[in-house]
Amino acid sequence: MKGYVLEQIEPSKFVLQMGPHHPATHGVLKLFLELEGERVARCRPEVGYLHRGIEKLAETKTYPQVVPLTDRLDYIASMINNVGYCVAVERLLGIEPPPRAKFLRTMVCELSRISNHLLWLATHALDIGAMTVFLYCFREREQILWFLEEICGARLTFSYPRIGGVRIDVEEKTLEKIDRFIDGFFQKIDEYEGLLTENRIWIARTRGVGVINPEDAIAYGLTGPSLRGSGINYDVRKHFPYDAYSEVDFEVPVGKHGDTYDRYLCRVQEMRQSAKIVKQCIQKMPEGSILAENAIELDLPPSGKKKLHPEGWSTGAFISFLKEKEPLLPEGEIYSAVEGAKGELGFFIISDGSGRPYRVRIRVPSFIHISAIPKLAEGQFLADVVAIIGTLDIVMGEADK
Amino acid sequence: MVEEILKDLQQQFKEEILEIGEFRTQKFLVVKKDRIKDILRWLKENWSFNHLQDLFGVDFLGKIPRFAVVYQLYSLPNKVQLRIKALIDEEDLTIDSVVDLWPVANWLERECYDMFGIIFKGHPDLKRIYMPEDWKGYPLRKDFPVKGEGLWDGVKDLIR
Repeated sequence: MKGYVLEQIEPSKFVLQMGPHHPATHGVLKLFLELEGERVARCRPEVGYLHRGIEKLAETKTYPQVVPLTDRLDYIASMINNVGYCVAVERLLGIEPPPRAKFLRTMVCELSRISNHLLWLATHALDIGAMTVFLYCFREREQILWFLEEICGARLTFSYPRIGGVRIDVEEKTLEKIDRFIDGFFQKIDEYEGLLTENRIWIARTRGVGVINPEDAIAYGLTGPSLRGSGINYDVRKHFPYDAYSEVDFEVPVGKHGDTYDRYLCRVQEMRQSAKIVKQCIQKMPEGSILAENAIELDLPPSGKKKLHPEGWSTGAFISFLKEKEPLLPEGEIYSAVEGAKGELGFFIISDGSGRPYRVRIRVPSFIHISAIPKLAEGQFLADVVAIIGTLDIVMGEADK
Repeated sequence: MVEEILKDLQQQFKEEILEIGEFRTQKFLVVKKDRIKDILRWLKENWSFNHLQDLFGVDFLGKIPRFAVVYQLYSLPNKVQLRIKALIDEEDLTIDSVVDLWPVANWLERECYDMFGIIFKGHPDLKRIYMPEDWKGYPLRKDFPVKGEGLWDGVKDLIR
């Protein structure tokens, strides 16, 4: 009897819209997925839900006023955005921050990087199904946020660095506290690794998932740990040193296979290296001024318990540097990149000699990483798409600008 | 290294190069847009500029030509950085797409089209990326007001 032959049925394509409100998309990212059974045949990401036009806004502000805008890019490690912008403007103006400011910036950047990687590890593991790691990571992340709060008074939008240095000096006792924390932190990383690195389920869910070979990884513009997982040793801190990175000793962890598991190992190793840098910064912290002499002037609120000038609030001249009539800036253009927590964070600034930037272009790693999702996800299982979004470490505030 | 590249480039594309400049040790090159893809391909193949760091547009309102597309290149093996600027006139807003050289250019070119209205010939999927698809105007142009030009039409559908 000739019956019903299964092979003759064409598998119909099933369209699934993942997001924009999906807990695993880390913000408002939408993915159009065409599925053949459980395999992803085609993937098309869609962004722009959080677009605020930061590049346009920056053209209307003065150079120091752009610093708080950069906080809103990658809000998980906003310190690095601030530093990236400040380094770009300093290179444009030819200002050199004093050594203490450089070391302070390097220290807070690396603390931010650790806190970013902790949040990444927590949510990535949670997406894949390892709940415990989430709680472990947030324990340490909370402490780092306390330190950052003690340093600059904010937990999310820091605006701590300023053009030519940093805003406030750090007290000796805070440095001691951070030093003690870092001493114990290496052991904490061992704890996370104990939960995951040799965990059979973790390996089954991450090894061989989202593989990208080195040539493709460069061609698709991956940077940061996502690129280094494929075995390319490209780190902006080594290739274009800024701040105190040329004076501290650290290694760049590199993966081999370019899969999710290797990128995980890279980031965990990077946390160790960052902790090492923080420790060296505290040891080598020089004394002295925290602001370059030729830095742009700012009217900051008076320190201590002294009351603000009553007119200070009403005129809105809170951060009003603005001696725009003086030709204080050279004409020119500069591209300056820093190693953001996600990848290469570049700022391109054109100055026309006025007090406001003519054009600010921000090269954001998350935007480019999202454009590489189809390359990584097509042909994989639907469940692995969640792992792939996690492994690229994207944040939509940055991708949408 | 970068001097050698520039010398070599001048021999190869003498007609195309308009200006070679330097600011704070960063070298840049201003070229005509017609053979931009040949120049970039030549740079990629001969001097291994494998990392396209960034691609974006700039609007120099009041100057002729008005627009520029900037290619920020980096060579990982040679550790050399170079910036290429292709000038685009307002009359003819087209330039060749470089997606087949660097796939990363796909979304960067879409963003450039979205913000400046520059059309990339040969792009596989050129449409808006940040703004709604029925948006009128190009937000990063200098003559586009910061507060926008009235409400977006789609907002009526949203609040209805």
